[in-house]
Amino acid sequence: MDSLIRNPLGNPTSMRKAYGEALVELGHARQDVVVLSADVQSSDFSYMFEAAFPERFINVGIAEPALVDVAVGLASSGKVPIANTFAFLFATRALEMVRTHLAFGGANVKLAGAYAGLSDSFDGPTHQTISDLAILRSLPNMTIVVPADALALRKLLPQVAAWQGPVFFRLCRNEVPEVFTDRYEPKIGEGVTLIDGDDATVIACGVMVARAIEASRQLARQDVGLRVVELHTLKPIDSELIVSCAQETGAIVTAEEHSIIGGLGGAVAECLAEKCPVPLERVGVNDTYAESGPYLELLDKYGMSVEAIVAAAQRALARKQASSSHATSEVY
Amino acid sequence: MTVLSTQSAASTSVYPYGPHHPEAMVADLSRRAYDYRTHVLRMVYGRKSGHIGGAFSSAEILTALYFHHLRVDPNRADWVDRDRLVFSKGHACAMLYTVLAHRGFFPVEELPTFRSLNSRLQGHPEPQKTPGVEVAAGPLGHGVAIGAGMALAARMDGSKRKVYVILGDGELNSGVIWEGMMTAAKFALDNLVVIVDYNGVQQTGTTRHVMPTEPIADKWAAFNWHVIEIHGHNMAQILDALDRADEVHGRPVVIIARTTKGKGVSFMENSPTWHGGIPDAAQFETALDELNEGARAWTA
Repeated sequence: MDSLIRNPLGNPTSMRKAYGEALVELGHARQDVVVLSADVQSSDFSYMFEAAFPERFINVGIAEPALVDVAVGLASSGKVPIANTFAFLFATRALEMVRTHLAFGGANVKLAGAYAGLSDSFDGPTHQTISDLAILRSLPNMTIVVPADALALRKLLPQVAAWQGPVFFRLCRNEVPEVFTDRYEPKIGEGVTLIDGDDATVIACGVMVARAIEASRQLARQDVGLRVVELHTLKPIDSELIVSCAQETGAIVTAEEHSIIGGLGGAVAECLAEKCPVPLERVGVNDTYAESGPYLELLDKYGMSVEAIVAAAQRALARKQASSSHATSEVY
Repeated sequence: MTVLSTQSAASTSVYPYGPHHPEAMVADLSRRAYDYRTHVLRMVYGRKSGHIGGAFSSAEILTALYFHHLRVDPNRADWVDRDRLVFSKGHACAMLYTVLAHRGFFPVEELPTFRSLNSRLQGHPEPQKTPGVEVAAGPLGHGVAIGAGMALAARMDGSKRKVYVILGDGELNSGVIWEGMMTAAKFALDNLVVIVDYNGVQQTGTTRHVMPTEPIADKWAAFNWHVIEIHGHNMAQILDALDRADEVHGRPVVIIARTTKGKGVSFMENSPTWHGGIPDAAQFETALDELNEGARAWTA
């Protein structure tokens, strides 16, 4: 199973470049793919598709509601539009379009949410995106996919295009360590166990997968078995896998580059509360806005360091042990 | 439900597409528009819910499109090269449903289920439920940008299909309308025709009072659209305008159709009350009489 991930993790590679290249590859494979941008193609590297297929690229200007609505018109005419702008703009300014025509109306539009999480780090909180998963996850019929590295992005993008119905594809702006080996074969809707362990489970998505792996490797040196599960699809959520992790390890940590409210942590909490309540600790942005600064240092400062995952796992483990000794004392 | 129509074959027949508009055809289509208003009146009165005023103002426009101008086929609702109609002023959908039913997309007998539990005829248009409905509508302002996307797709496909969008004038308050206008003009989408059902009244007052939109023709022209202004209840003018729109090249076309909210019922006309007002029994009878009289005036 460890063969799915690199040990040690590989060098950081550009997610934007991987996205641009994957879009071009998709454009060659599928003639029905049309790429739209709200004038940010130089930011998210969808300009690479524009250069390769100018007749299938549409720049609507700085007009995110029109970006989504034009894509709706294309989708209703049989195209597979991939709309591009910053993730927060889909979840806020263009949200009504997304709700009415994608989630409710069923338009087969794919939203590529660039610069997600804190990854537009120097531009600051106006550009950072910490609530998109919470907002979009609440919409019926939305599918939400978060690739963890460049290889995952390349393997997931064609699935996003082939998926029937709207998808939010959440993308990091920056360089991300290579996590996976070529044996990694993600499938939308299915979580992936990357490292086995019996003491607790960390469920992570996006760039936090690499940090969760590092946390597990640190804890292994203390003889703590922290299972690592990648949940690249937040919706539809793989509740079967979450429940089996809860049953088998008895303690859960979530790790996401997002507010701890309503995103991966919220989704896992909902699942556990109903199906298998066990101690849960959420790692993410703690209900606050961040600030400008270097990306990795921002992640650390705002609660998403490897150490934060280790500490959360230790807390969850301690709660598990406390509740099992409490249960024992009740029995006897 | 079986497809049975109480209408005579003559009242549901389609006049072939083309620039020839005989007087009898104009009269028949005008009469039908009044007939369709009576269906809308019954639907809204029956459910005690719905929007009459904006439905009545769009009667002639929808009738002209579906019974003469649009190349659609109710037996092949998903025909790839059909013309597209985006009904952006979704609240007025009782008229859209009435026209679609009479055009054969679903049984006329289904109209009274409007806004009922388990009905295919939702309070606002829902494409997955209602045959012939192209896109969801309700929240206002989407039509132009969605129509632009459809028109871009038609161009990419090398298809001659055209895209028609029906807007309300109140919708022009919304910013995304103007985003869509710029997009359509940028790409010179001459396969896109927007018709503004300019009835001058929105939910809480006249558009002039709520949010002044004039000079509306100048605004569309300044956005590089070809502008045609007509009387939106004059069937001959509507038919001519649709033909003229087909002859425009290199620009999207807007037809500003000056209409009357609540058209056809004297006490409903030009009143914000009848944006979402529900008639009582006496008002219902009076309205029905006036609409039937309106239809009779067009009967040879």
